[in-house]
Amino acid sequence: MPDSVSEFQESHGLYDLAVIGAGSAGLAGAVAAAELGLSVALLDTSTHTGGQFYRHPAPAVGAVRPEALHHDWSAYSDLRRRLAESEVRHLPGHHVWSVTRGEEDGDFWAVHAVTGADGDGERPVRVRARAVLLATGAYERQLPFPGWTLPGVVGAGGAQAMLKSGLVLPGRKVVVAGSGPLLLAVASSLAAAGARVPAVVEASGYLRYARHPRALVTNPHKAVEALTHGAALLRHRVRVRVRSAVTEVHGTDRVEAVTVTRLDRDWRPVRGTGRRIECDALAVGHGLVPQIELATALGCTTRSLPDGTRALALDDLQGTSVRGLWAAGEAGGVGGVQLAYTEGELAGVAIAAQVLGSPVHGGRVRELKRRRGRMRAFADAMATVHAPGPGWPRWLRDDTDVCRCEEVTAGRIHEAVEDLGARDARTVKLLTRAGMGWCQGRMCGAAVACLASRGGTAEPPLERRPFATPVPLAALAALDAPVVDEPRDPS
Amino acid sequence: MARTPADLVGAQPDPPFPVTFDGRTVTALHGQSVAAALWGAGILAWRTTRNGGRPRGAFCGIGQCYDCLATINGEPNRRACLVPARPGDAITTQEGHGRAGLGV
Repeated sequence: MPDSVSEFQESHGLYDLAVIGAGSAGLAGAVAAAELGLSVALLDTSTHTGGQFYRHPAPAVGAVRPEALHHDWSAYSDLRRRLAESEVRHLPGHHVWSVTRGEEDGDFWAVHAVTGADGDGERPVRVRARAVLLATGAYERQLPFPGWTLPGVVGAGGAQAMLKSGLVLPGRKVVVAGSGPLLLAVASSLAAAGARVPAVVEASGYLRYARHPRALVTNPHKAVEALTHGAALLRHRVRVRVRSAVTEVHGTDRVEAVTVTRLDRDWRPVRGTGRRIECDALAVGHGLVPQIELATALGCTTRSLPDGTRALALDDLQGTSVRGLWAAGEAGGVGGVQLAYTEGELAGVAIAAQVLGSPVHGGRVRELKRRRGRMRAFADAMATVHAPGPGWPRWLRDDTDVCRCEEVTAGRIHEAVEDLGARDARTVKLLTRAGMGWCQGRMCGAAVACLASRGGTAEPPLERRPFATPVPLAALAALDAPVVDEPRDPS
Repeated sequence: MARTPADLVGAQPDPPFPVTFDGRTVTALHGQSVAAALWGAGILAWRTTRNGGRPRGAFCGIGQCYDCLATINGEPNRRACLVPARPGDAITTQEGHGRAGLGV
């Protein structure tokens, strides 16, 4: 490392790089940058690295084969080993609620976090760094339907996450429904872990991938993955129903059965095709939403994706539109674990070059860019195939809750749009409180935006939240004197 | 075919420990979240909503939806899917916003 960098660190107590998120993209970025000589802080809400994809049980659970619930565990093991051998400062249990520009002289960022298992404010922490890599991942997109608030209805990714880390199932007989390739992975995990999966219900159709031949041919690993899941589902006698959706959940205190209805090409339910399937749980999800509020709060440019979600607009080296702020993985568009690794490493290399004042070049960078382009093309095809059709609101009844936190029904949103003239999600929110509760619209945002557009093209929600996670007032009060985590003395 | 998730990954956990849910004893494993311990005992709901008083439990499983809020050892609004279960924890159903004691 050049003398100038170390001197700067010593005088300012700065990391060269703060990475937010220790999933596949963040790990790859942190390790790549540290191996090139940067001082790196890696913050994550979880106590373990791996993010959602490589969620795994705590050591006390003594899982001798955690890889049984994962694909490509060796890639993660390798990154974990490199992390252990590196100088990266891993800060687990840190919930980042905001990133701001340093208020003193100098061009740096302040990353504000609260610690504790669920960020309940054990102590506020501030990490200062010259560059920030946002590897914040994604969360699941949900579309409401009658009965989706009943206990036993869980996110498809949520069921997978609870299985991977807690080794538990939401029920013994679990229907998996929604749209997107994650459903196949979830169904095969649940079946392998002993659940009966009577059906996987996919609202779109896999044949639509055939309209994207180039994306398929250049990403053979995706076809292999699909075949692996397909074979597992066959082995467990799981039926896959395409062009269908769960349009109602039955039960009083918990799930007892679901109604599966065929859909037309616009996702409108076809009358008279409803079939009841007995089950005690439903795992449901309609793809993933990039988690980008830390970046949008700083004014980063976003782009709309073919599935109606919004991601960060990035340059060819993973830079956002704001200098010094970078992103990798799902925050730039949902594309899977291999894309996350690729982008993380590319970002790590590019940030190191900028901090060290050296040019970015070389065969490795060219190869990473090539791989990224190929996988981004597949991600776009995937988003197009699984984009929600305009007819899904026909599943709703007036008494169906759309906003789970504030218990705002479809009828009230309809009233705000039809009678009170709301034309966008924000106006609906102001009139009904939809999206104003605990989750700040993470669960209902996509649905509300769609309902506000009255069947037209929905403008994706802006993902603007001043606080990325709730912060106790005591943590804000202590802002003047937070614990500042600084890099260790390089000598 | 594996019969349980624990079989699948060859889990050899530390001995389980008791926690209580609304006074009833439930067994948890070290390293499990409160939500996982409750799911493991077949309990899917541990909160009632503010307006409708309807039951809710873990939904997103990753700390995003806040549907799994529980009162843990007297402290309301803890995200049960993130908080690790500890021996002797008293988990109680959270009613409404969980601040009934303050009268707000």
